Amino acid sequence: MSLSTADVQKVARLARLAMNNTEIEAARAQLSGIFELIAEMQAVNTIGIEPMSHAQDLSQRLREDIVTETNQRELFQSIAPQVEAGLYLVPQVIE
Amino acid sequence: MLNLTLTQLGAALRARQISSVELTQSYLDRIATHNPVYNAYITVDAKTSLAQAAMADQRLATGDAQALTGIPIAQKDIFCAKGWRTTCGSKMLGDFIAPYDAHVVEQFNKAGAINLGKTNMDEFAMGSSNETSYFGPVRNPWNQNAVPGGSSGGAAAAVAARLCAAATGTDTGGSIRQPAALCGITGIKPTYGTVSRYGMIAFASSLDQAGPMARSAEDCALMLNVMTGFDERDSTSLQREKEDYTRDLNKPLSGLRIGLPREFFAEGLSSDVGARVQEAIAEYRKLGATIVGISLPNTKLAVPVYYVLAPAEASSNLSRFDGVRYGYRADEYTDLADMYEKSRSQGFGEEVKRRIMIGTYVLSHGYYDAYYLQAQKIRRLIAQDFTDAFKQCDVIMGPTSPSTAFNLGDKGDDPVQMYLSDIYTIAVNLAGLPGMSVPCGFGDNSLPVGLQIIGNYFDEARMLNAAHQYQLATDWHTRCPQGF
Repeated sequence: MSLSTADVQKVARLARLAMNNTEIEAARAQLSGIFELIAEMQAVNTIGIEPMSHAQDLSQRLREDIVTETNQRELFQSIAPQVEAGLYLVPQVIE
Repeated sequence: MLNLTLTQLGAALRARQISSVELTQSYLDRIATHNPVYNAYITVDAKTSLAQAAMADQRLATGDAQALTGIPIAQKDIFCAKGWRTTCGSKMLGDFIAPYDAHVVEQFNKAGAINLGKTNMDEFAMGSSNETSYFGPVRNPWNQNAVPGGSSGGAAAAVAARLCAAATGTDTGGSIRQPAALCGITGIKPTYGTVSRYGMIAFASSLDQAGPMARSAEDCALMLNVMTGFDERDSTSLQREKEDYTRDLNKPLSGLRIGLPREFFAEGLSSDVGARVQEAIAEYRKLGATIVGISLPNTKLAVPVYYVLAPAEASSNLSRFDGVRYGYRADEYTDLADMYEKSRSQGFGEEVKRRIMIGTYVLSHGYYDAYYLQAQKIRRLIAQDFTDAFKQCDVIMGPTSPSTAFNLGDKGDDPVQMYLSDIYTIAVNLAGLPGMSVPCGFGDNSLPVGLQIIGNYFDEARMLNAAHQYQLATDWHTRCPQGF
């Protein structure tokens, strides 16, 4: 399968990756090769087969809906790129 | 001291023949000598390791020691360790100081083991050669020009070069077994859900599993005893009785039925690797095992299925890296979207971006059924192949990797060729089964060959038994690369 430049640009945007034209072209060639490999799947008859998401086919455990975490705001914010007054700072979103 | 087993080291420590501080210092000295060339460690913190060793010595003095108390263990840099830089091999986490311990790290701390340092790895565990690490490639102790395998390449090289007593690794598609094979050491990926993933930086959550990498099966069993156990902080952690993985080591192998999948000995396998594996099988016959021919008909589909499922899960897991709460943020940006895009583009390396894009594509609108759902269905077929095979045999054996270690740079430009080097290991992750690699000789280029042993669910003790008996009869696992 061959991907178009537009396909790759769209995927890069969805994945929040900034890529210039050279990078897009390089990615297009490599992704096309990988999707050729992946295409081997398409010929397999899987009618009636249940998808498998977990090896043990377990359901998720439930627990009481109570707070189990302690407040570690200062510790966690000490490794943040930019904080002020206990808040994470990002560029202004609303004018 | 360097060639003692963990059992022997533990006994020497408890008998006070050597202190943990002395032992830790001797490993730190070796790391200082060899790491500039081999690059097996990303972070070493001698002060912290020695302080931990001093505490272990106190514990040893009071007779409060466990099997691994005082023993220096290298932690793959995918495990968060409180106060330690934890990079996952990425620029994205280049300055990240973990605010908490992974469950695995916590378990080793409780056991009184020493964190000797954080080992190098492919970025976010995505790679089979350690060449995708932001911190530079690791070199194979058997030949500096060869790769150590990946993604746990630093751990494998550190164990092979005697730069730690044992190490932790993680395995999503072969990342413990393949580097273990390429560096001539023993490593085991347990049944999915056996070791908690809490604090282990996520790649593909339905496949990621931690395990030990060491110089023998016996050492791996002792490490597993510490690493396994239920942890409510991992939603896929299994609630099971605690096991002693050493319990069956000394059982004789008579009557063991070994399945040889014909698909593992077909086109694509190097003849030297095939020959060493056959010799190992012959040794098992001598030990009383019987050989059964089996088939795993969907083997060829494992790589395509994996390269849908793993990138899909990775693209979701790695969406958390946005430059807001932790990790890398670009220096310059115009608005919030630009900050996300620049931080991610500059913080992630090429292979990681490639996999995020594959994952984003297969999960995008209109493609989900054709790719993700189809892959999950074939995943069940692959798992069913193993279930059928285990009706005829107790363990499955074959090569771990199609060839011995390739040279640095050899597969760098062709992701598909790199992906195919995990052809024999990936299906085991998809099925959630335990798998291990055991050294079984050397190839034409004098580099190590690994024998893969695959077990049924929760059958680690039997696999370790099979590996240990082989290691009693052979000495491949005791070989040490020159210069160490």
